[in-house]
Amino acid sequence: MSRAEVWLVIAAMALVTFALRASFLLLPERLGTPKSFERALRYVPTAVIAAIVTPAVLQFGSAEGSLDQLVPRLVAAAVAGLIAWRTRSILYTIVVGMLTLWGVRWLLAFVG
Amino acid sequence: MAPPYVAPPAGLVRLSGMAFSRSAALAGVRDISPMMLGVFPFGLITGVSAVTAGLTNVEAIVTSAVVFAGAAQLAVYQLIGVAAPLIVIVATTVMINLRYVLYSASLAPYVRAMSLPTRTLLGAFLIDQAYLFSVLKFDHEPDIPRRDYFLGVAVSLWLVWMVATFIGVFLGTQVPESWSLEFAIPLVFMALLVPAVKDRPNLVVALVAGGLAVAAAFLPFNLGLIVAALCGIAAGALAERLGGRA
Repeated sequence: MSRAEVWLVIAAMALVTFALRASFLLLPERLGTPKSFERALRYVPTAVIAAIVTPAVLQFGSAEGSLDQLVPRLVAAAVAGLIAWRTRSILYTIVVGMLTLWGVRWLLAFVG
Repeated sequence: MAPPYVAPPAGLVRLSGMAFSRSAALAGVRDISPMMLGVFPFGLITGVSAVTAGLTNVEAIVTSAVVFAGAAQLAVYQLIGVAAPLIVIVATTVMINLRYVLYSASLAPYVRAMSLPTRTLLGAFLIDQAYLFSVLKFDHEPDIPRRDYFLGVAVSLWLVWMVATFIGVFLGTQVPESWSLEFAIPLVFMALLVPAVKDRPNLVVALVAGGLAVAAAFLPFNLGLIVAALCGIAAGALAERLGGRA
């Protein structure tokens, strides 16, 4: 991606994000949106986040997708999920997840 | 002769054109300060990920400053890494940030009496925490100067976010690749996902979207993400309807 393309991406992201945030704040009157649409909107964050997490953990189709790389990722993701559930803390989830990833890799290298 | 006094609708007129209320802004800063601990690592990872994805330091810092949406930025950095086309990047940004439309609709009645420039300013800073803390506060204390409370919350988080991005950008160029720091991105999303799965429809959404995202990973340009998310949303709406009937 060229520098100009990166700047285009940044400008597009900023514009789109602002448009979404300001949308209803800039409308003069409250517009009635269908109830079913509003309810469906509530599932958007969960859906998008889940759709990002699983392929990122499994890493299919990349050099990192080989089996000996997959095991540490899966173990680290499982442990991180547990930490996220127990602590609700982004910080602890990152720290414990990364330490688990490195730990399992080290163990596998040690055993193998 | 003075015109007869007409009482303004409660909580409306006193908002527009008001002088800056320092105490309201400070109340916002005080209320949000515990959240700064959560924003900091998020900003740090965002800065690291930006430079790992190939952005220059300036590009990374400007993105955090003008977009101010960590989850979308992390997703886009991943897309930039695989050289996805602009349309996919924009579509992904819309999907991840769609929740802001909901916040916008919910906050609108509280700020209706403010001027258009003020509402535009608030819109620029409408992040998760600013929305949640403000609406809760306005319900409890309708008389608090709303613009300044909101800005106290939002601008202080923006500053923390920028400092964290800055440090992350600096660290990102120092960290060896074998550390796999990019794995921190799915970890952050995991920390966001777990509390989001708070009921059965959301569990259905997560399972369908997460499963399909893997199954649809063969689709070009990360379109699998969007297809999987839309199917997940539809499945959640269906689960909600079925659950309501049972």
